[in-house]
Amino acid sequence: MKSKGIGKQTLVFTAPPHIVSAAAIVGDVEGEGPLADYFDVVLQDDIWGEESWEKAERKMFEHAVRCALDKAELTPAKLDCLLGGDLLNQIISANFAARELQTPFLGLYGACSTMAESLLIGSMLVDGGYAACVACAATSHFSTAERQYRQPLEMGGQTTPTAQRTVTGAGCSIVTDSAYAGKRVFNHVHIPAATIGRVVDLGITDAANMGAAMAPAAADTLCVHLGDTGRGLDAYDLIVTGDLGTFGSEMFLSLCGDRGLDVAGRHFDCGCAIFGLDQKVDCGGSGCGCSASVLNAYLLRRLEAGELQRILFMATGALLSTTSGMQNDSIPGIAHGVVLERK
Amino acid sequence: MDNIQQTQAQKKYQQRVNERMPKSKIASQCLRAFIAGGLICCIGQAVRAFGAQTLQLDEKNVAAFTSIVMVFLGATLTGLGVYDKIGSWSGAGSIVPITGFANSIVSPAMEFKREGYVMGVGAKLFSIAGPVLVYGISASVLVGLIACMVR
Repeated sequence: MKSKGIGKQTLVFTAPPHIVSAAAIVGDVEGEGPLADYFDVVLQDDIWGEESWEKAERKMFEHAVRCALDKAELTPAKLDCLLGGDLLNQIISANFAARELQTPFLGLYGACSTMAESLLIGSMLVDGGYAACVACAATSHFSTAERQYRQPLEMGGQTTPTAQRTVTGAGCSIVTDSAYAGKRVFNHVHIPAATIGRVVDLGITDAANMGAAMAPAAADTLCVHLGDTGRGLDAYDLIVTGDLGTFGSEMFLSLCGDRGLDVAGRHFDCGCAIFGLDQKVDCGGSGCGCSASVLNAYLLRRLEAGELQRILFMATGALLSTTSGMQNDSIPGIAHGVVLERK
Repeated sequence: MDNIQQTQAQKKYQQRVNERMPKSKIASQCLRAFIAGGLICCIGQAVRAFGAQTLQLDEKNVAAFTSIVMVFLGATLTGLGVYDKIGSWSGAGSIVPITGFANSIVSPAMEFKREGYVMGVGAKLFSIAGPVLVYGISASVLVGLIACMVR
């Protein structure tokens, strides 16, 4: 029997889990962006002394988890579970980082929605009493994503104006139950509810226009969430989307407008926020490291500081692969929503 | 019924996306391609003139000499990490000439060295240039056959 869910897709946590610590690591280009001062580590170069970019990416994931644990004076042994993923085939970054961390591990793939997915499932584990302390993380890397999804880096060509740059970044949140008595970086951040997204596909086939492919999923999750909880938009200080970029955000606002929701004043897109206007990244940032690093470095701090009281964090994912793209399949999108509240 | 409605919602959305999405600046990009492509061809012509006049090469050798020099330049600039920057400015202007062909072979070679010399460099070397070769050679065979029959 469903006792902790309301409406179609929303979960309500009876003992809202706490986010007690977080960390974010980004690459050099992100370090030139407007949020540079918030990140825990900004890499000098994106290979970080490793033999390959893939190894650098898994090191970023591992380091983000360790950094978040360190801040709360915890060790990996204290974690009941690590949840996370990345964009590479068979999520090797998360899997290989978990090999080093030696914690119980659930690997997740939600494309760029992974940060919200891991927070959502992590909160369920904690509220359900199956875990007292979990780490939720996600990572992505520009160079590994380019070589997997697109073309070699040194290949000379142009991007289309709707393209987005994959963020080199990793973020991790430490989620605990209310009995947690250890050191905290955040004293006030809770997760009272979450909405599991459904896959929405309005038939966009252009892999260089992923913002437009994901926008319908974000609009759907927002509407379902508001319907399930019976809340209006004014209950939220910010409606956060993961990586819609400038054009995807425009489509998101227009789709919300179709349903009578005027989100414009309270919309925040991590993909638009992470890079400056002078950085040549077309429509902005993408990748699961985008929402993961912006949430864990910037948004959680604003919640803790009391500048925000309640936000809906919706990381958005484009569920395509290189194979589905070549076979002319359209791009399904997904968005999971996690409510983050200051108490 | 549900299916038809879904398709209409999809069509409506796709139409809206197509109307509003930022478009490529075709005119300015054509101009850039013209300038960059023209410049590369001028360099090629200068190399050719050098081969013919200074090195006294005959017609056949001077063509091979020019190709070798231009491929060398394209490959070197790729290795130095410059060609992708030229490419992002000039688009087709630096893809179409033979220097672009060199770039399309050297860039995967650099990138996939980590996967080893056989399944990395060996298998990926022609991942971009491969289709060009397949259809280029196929077309040449076809044209050759036609020329043969016409004669």
